[in-house]
Amino acid sequence: MRLIVRHRTTYSYASPVFAAIQTLRLTPRSYEALAVHRWSVRSDQRRPLPSFTDGFGNITHCHSVVQAHTEATIFVEGEVETTNTFGIVRGATEPLPPMFYLRRTPLTEADEAIQAMAGEIVSERSPLKRLHALLNLVRERVDYRIGATDPSTTAAQALAEGAGVCQDHAHLFIAAARHLGVPARYLGGYLWTGVESQDYQASHAWAEAFVPDLGWVGFDAANRICTTEAYIRTSIGLDYWSASPVRGVRRGAADETLAVRVQVEQAGQEQ
Amino acid sequence: MHYEIIRRWLDETPTTALSVKRREAEFLFRRTGVTFSVYAEGGDRERLIPFDIIPRVLDFAEWQQLSRGLKQRVRAINEFIRDVYHSRQILRAGHIPPELVLHNEAFCAEMQGFDPPQGVYVHIAGIDIVRTGPGGFVVLEDNCRTPSGVSYMLENREAMMRLFPDLFARHRIAPVSHYPEDLLDTLKSVAPPNCKSDPVVALLTPGSFNSAYYEHSFLADEMGVELVEGPDLFVDDNVVFTRTTKGPKRVDVIYRRIDDGYLDPLTFRPDSAIGTPGLFNAYRAGNLTLANGVGTGIADDKSIYPYVPRMIRFYLGEEPILENVQTWCCWDGDDLAYVLDRLPELVVKEARGSGGYGMLIGPQATKTELADFAARLRARPGDYIAQPTLALSTCPTLVDAGIAPRHVDLRPFVLSGGKEIRIVPGGLTRVALREGSLVVNSSQGGGTKDTWVLEG
Repeated sequence: MRLIVRHRTTYSYASPVFAAIQTLRLTPRSYEALAVHRWSVRSDQRRPLPSFTDGFGNITHCHSVVQAHTEATIFVEGEVETTNTFGIVRGATEPLPPMFYLRRTPLTEADEAIQAMAGEIVSERSPLKRLHALLNLVRERVDYRIGATDPSTTAAQALAEGAGVCQDHAHLFIAAARHLGVPARYLGGYLWTGVESQDYQASHAWAEAFVPDLGWVGFDAANRICTTEAYIRTSIGLDYWSASPVRGVRRGAADETLAVRVQVEQAGQEQ
Repeated sequence: MHYEIIRRWLDETPTTALSVKRREAEFLFRRTGVTFSVYAEGGDRERLIPFDIIPRVLDFAEWQQLSRGLKQRVRAINEFIRDVYHSRQILRAGHIPPELVLHNEAFCAEMQGFDPPQGVYVHIAGIDIVRTGPGGFVVLEDNCRTPSGVSYMLENREAMMRLFPDLFARHRIAPVSHYPEDLLDTLKSVAPPNCKSDPVVALLTPGSFNSAYYEHSFLADEMGVELVEGPDLFVDDNVVFTRTTKGPKRVDVIYRRIDDGYLDPLTFRPDSAIGTPGLFNAYRAGNLTLANGVGTGIADDKSIYPYVPRMIRFYLGEEPILENVQTWCCWDGDDLAYVLDRLPELVVKEARGSGGYGMLIGPQATKTELADFAARLRARPGDYIAQPTLALSTCPTLVDAGIAPRHVDLRPFVLSGGKEIRIVPGGLTRVALREGSLVVNSSQGGGTKDTWVLEG
C-alpha cells in the first residue's frame, strides 16, 4: 500500500516566546514491511533541521528558534510503501537487545491491579496467544475516551480510570507484558484509517512485544489488532516519555495554542 | 623507608609547634575560602574540611606501580563503557550477567551507538585506593561520573609549601600544581569532530549552592576557562553557545559538573532548571564534547565494580595490576547466604548510592542494626554488596591528643585524553579523624592530607 502523510503542527503564543527547542521523532525508517520513498521534516522558521539517530534508532530532528516569535509551524511530509506482515517486524535496525525492554518505567509500572489482570491470561498456552488475549483484555478494561487521561497518566491510573486513549492502551499492554517477562516497547507513528479520519486517529500509538521465534510483533490494543500495512512507525522507546514524537522546552509565554492537522491517505486517492 | 623523613621531622618538631602550624593552616584555608557543604546535616552548611598537616608519603617505586595499575584500570573501564553502548561483547561472552547492565538505572539507552570524540568516555576518573597490607593497594571504588576533590589536592599542597618551605627544599617531592594545565590539555584533545579551530572550553556548574562549587570556580579560574551555569548556555541547530556581552560564542568542550539526569531537560529530567535544553542533541550530533561523557555511571555502579578485574582481562588481555576488594554480590544466592551468616564481620553497601550514608559496618553495628540490615538484604538482595572489614593502613595524624595513627585512603585523579592517560603524582589523601573509624568521607567526619610522591 502506498501511503502519503501530511502532518502540520502550528504553535501560536499569546505573547512572544524567546527561545524554543524541540526534539522531533517523526521520521519512519525502512524495514521489511515498509519502504520510505520520500520524507521531510521542515520548519517555517528557516534552514533544514539538523538530525541524528538516537539511542533507540529513531531518526531525530532538532528544531530550535532563538529569537522572539509568536508562531512556529512544523511540516512533515512523506510517502511510504507498506505491506501487511501481520504485525511481524523484520529487517529493522535494532540497536538495543530485547532484554532491555523489560526495564520498568514510572509510566509502565505494574501495580497490583495490572499484575492481577496479567494473571488472567497466563493460562493461555503459547506466548503469542497470551499476547492476543492481553490485546483484548486491555481494550475491555480501558474504554476509548478522549480527555479521561493526559500524557502523564500511568498505566495503573488508566486501568483504575477504566478509560483512556491509544497511549494508555499501549502503556497498559506494555506494563502487563513486562510483568509476564515479555519484552515490550512503545511505538509512536501514523495510522491510515481508510476513511477521512480525525487527526487524533491518524497520529497513533501502539506497542510491540518480543515473541520467541517471531521477533518483535506490533500489537495495537486500542484497535484490538496486530499492526498491518496501515501503520507507519516513527518512534520507539520504553514508554511515551522516551518515545515522544515531539518533546520541547520553551522560554517565555505560557499560553500556547496548538493547531494540528494530520492526513494519511492512499496514493492516488488524495483529496 | 620513605616515612623516615616524616619521622625525623616529627622528632625534631615539638607538638606545640605543630599545633601552631595547624592553626596557621586553618587560617590559610579560611582565607582562600576552601569549603565543602555537607548534605543531611543541620546548621552551617559551608564547612571547612579538616586538614592534617602531616603528609602522607609514597615512594617513587610504589607510585609507579600504582600509576600503571590505575592507567590499566581506566583503559579497561573506558573499553567497557564503549562496549556496553555498542555491541556488548562482554555480556555475550558471559562475563557479566546482562540484566545487571541492561536493567541498571545507570545504563543510559540514549548513548547507544554513539561514539564520543576520540572514543573517550571517562576523561576524569577518581579511583579510590586503600592499602591493606605491606604489599598492596586495592581499589575501593571507581568514580567515573563527576569525581570531586582535586581542588583539595592542589590547595593542600599549596598550604604545605607555605607552612613548611624547608621540607620542600630538602626533599624531592613530585609537583602537582600542573594539574589544571593537564586537565585543559586533556579537554582540548577531545574536541568534537565539527570543531575546526582552537577548541573553546567551559566548565558547567550546577551553581553556588552545590557542595563542590568552590572546586568548580577554582578549576575554571586555574584553567582560564569560563565558569557557566545552564542558563548561560543555549543550543541552536545542535550547536552550543554561551551568551557573552559581545554576543553568542560557540562552545566546543564542556567540563560538566552536573549529573546526567539534570544536564538537559529536553532529553533527561524535564524539571531540571540547572541544565541546558538541547545539550545532549548537540553532543550526539558531534558538535560538542561532554566531559565526562554521558552514561559513564554504568562503570562505577557498585553492582558492576566486582567485574572490573574481568574487564581488564577481557578487553586488555592483561592481569589486573590493582586488585579489587573481595566483594560478595548479594544477588547471587551463595554470596547472600555467606553474607547473612557473617554479617557482624562485614561491611554492607548499597549497590547504588554514594557518600557512605546507606551502609552497615558489621563490627560497629548494634544487634538491632544487624537484624534490620539482614531483613533489608533478604527483601532486596539485588541492591547490596558486601565486603570484608579491611585492615586499612594508617598514617600518623595530628589529633588533639598529639600524633596518632588514623586510617587513610587515596583518590588519584586519572586524566584520559585523545592520545594519552596522565596522572598527577599522588592524589587526594582522605583521613578518618575519629579513632578507629574507617569512614574517610568528608561528609562523615573525614579530613584530608597532602600526598607526597618522593622522586628518585
